[in-house]
Amino acid sequence: MGTLTEELFARRLGRRVAAGDTVVAEVDCAMAHDVTGPLAIAAFRSLGLPLWDATRTVFTFDHVMPANTVAAAELHALIRAFAAEHGITNVFAEGICHQVMVEKGFIQPGGLVVGADSHSTTYGALGCFSTGLGSTDIGVVFATGRTWFRIPETISVDVRGELSPGVVAKDVALHVIRRLGADAADYCAVEWSGEAVRAMSVDSRLTLCNLSVDFGAKAGLIEPDATTFEYVGGTPFELRAVRPVYAMRIEVDATSIVPQVAVHPAIDNVHDIDDVAGTPLDEVFIGSCTNGRLEDLAVVAGAFAGQQVHPRTRTVIVPASRRVYLDALAAGYIETFARAGALVLNPGCGPCLGRQHGVVAPRENVLSTSNRNYPGRMGSPDARIFLASPAVAAASALAGEIAGPGRTA
Amino acid sequence: MARVFKLGDSVSTDAIIPGRYNVTTDPDALRRGCLVEARPDFVETVRSGDVIVAGRNFGCGSSREHAPMAIKQNGVAAVIAASFARIFYRNAVNIGLSVIRCGSLHDAVEDGDDIDVDPRNAVINAGGRTFDGDPPSGVALRIIEAGSLVDLIRQGGWAALEEEVHVS
Repeated sequence: MGTLTEELFARRLGRRVAAGDTVVAEVDCAMAHDVTGPLAIAAFRSLGLPLWDATRTVFTFDHVMPANTVAAAELHALIRAFAAEHGITNVFAEGICHQVMVEKGFIQPGGLVVGADSHSTTYGALGCFSTGLGSTDIGVVFATGRTWFRIPETISVDVRGELSPGVVAKDVALHVIRRLGADAADYCAVEWSGEAVRAMSVDSRLTLCNLSVDFGAKAGLIEPDATTFEYVGGTPFELRAVRPVYAMRIEVDATSIVPQVAVHPAIDNVHDIDDVAGTPLDEVFIGSCTNGRLEDLAVVAGAFAGQQVHPRTRTVIVPASRRVYLDALAAGYIETFARAGALVLNPGCGPCLGRQHGVVAPRENVLSTSNRNYPGRMGSPDARIFLASPAVAAASALAGEIAGPGRTA
Repeated sequence: MARVFKLGDSVSTDAIIPGRYNVTTDPDALRRGCLVEARPDFVETVRSGDVIVAGRNFGCGSSREHAPMAIKQNGVAAVIAASFARIFYRNAVNIGLSVIRCGSLHDAVEDGDDIDVDPRNAVINAGGRTFDGDPPSGVALRIIEAGSLVDLIRQGGWAALEEEVHVS
């Protein structure tokens, strides 16, 4: 009896747990990528222990893929050598870690997964408790299969009613972050529920749980339902919060939400679209672990059909994974993007973290569908970053300035 | 005497070590990239034993352990903040960088002030006043006592935490 988090750990440990307890638990798998992997390997090596389980160790190349400097290439080589040495075959260079983890079946309802990346909260969309850890913690998991968890308190976010056309999961998350603040969920789990969440696709649910860490959450969780099991396959089972005690409950009226924009330099500096519409844009980036999935690209393709992106606005589109890329190709989206004048780059993190293609100059304005607008995140600290949904990004790319979905300047 | 480097709220790991500066695991390269844009004078002027005093949500954002490493490599004795983002706090403890939660210090000190810190007891002296932070407890204290997470695991594996947790 308890929150989704308490129920999930109780299943896992075979006994009741409550928020505030500290437990050590074996995880299903542990992931590290091309930035965090090398330090995790260093921590693992310093332990002098054998690898826990090669089949449950996952490496992805996404943050700087393909390598753009000798230093990055050396780190990639280090990871590949380690994987070869230990017989690790779960080594993927085909998209963003979080999308690849979901696509490859590492994420199951009722599961427990850790990743050396803060957005590892994403997997809660499938009813899996997952959280981000640093490299040393992941290196210890590589050796022992375990880590320690303090069972977090939970914030319940009940999203009632239906979303308006052109309003999506990204807007819901930004609306909640606007209300609660950038550190409101520190050390807590966030449970997303309500009619609007139930109606969401898995792609949208992944967006909600992904953005949970951006107001501090240790995990974002959605109770598995028919939509979940249809997506992951397997035998449905019940994992639901039972008479839960929440640290905080908030209700959101889905019908009242309009497209939201998080304005430089903070994720909680959120405004209604009309407050910032008309801001000229030098770059639009559509992609990332937040909004680079097929559903997102479909929205953009719908807006771009027969249109041209504004000549002053570099428009960079990065499918989250090879599978998303292939599906977008089959659906004709990639051709639509290219004909509209957008640049389509290889699957991966793209310009999100300012490490590869799409770096922005001082005083430039960039609108991104990603998750972070800290100064310097995408290049120059003197660039301004606006975060919004794919629908807003598409309309803005066509207008050359921030614009709401369905409208072009 | 140690000095205060005062920072604001929500100092992200991107600010501590921007993504463009952490394509390396070399500790000295990380040292040089520390706060390179947010506080460009930091690396040039910091002395061993100095203290970072920050507001809320220190270390938010990316899980990059390069961030606490970069601070530690500059000889910082402790980071004292009104609150810490979860992953940064855990990373700092894991690698032996002292982190102290103290809500009242930030408004009471200025950049460059003298400061004296006892990290284990979370007692801070600055400006003739004494401030009590939250001393480390639970698993974090056990890791700190061992030196680092790697040291703790080396010294007895997860069984070393038996008193703190139920080991499944």
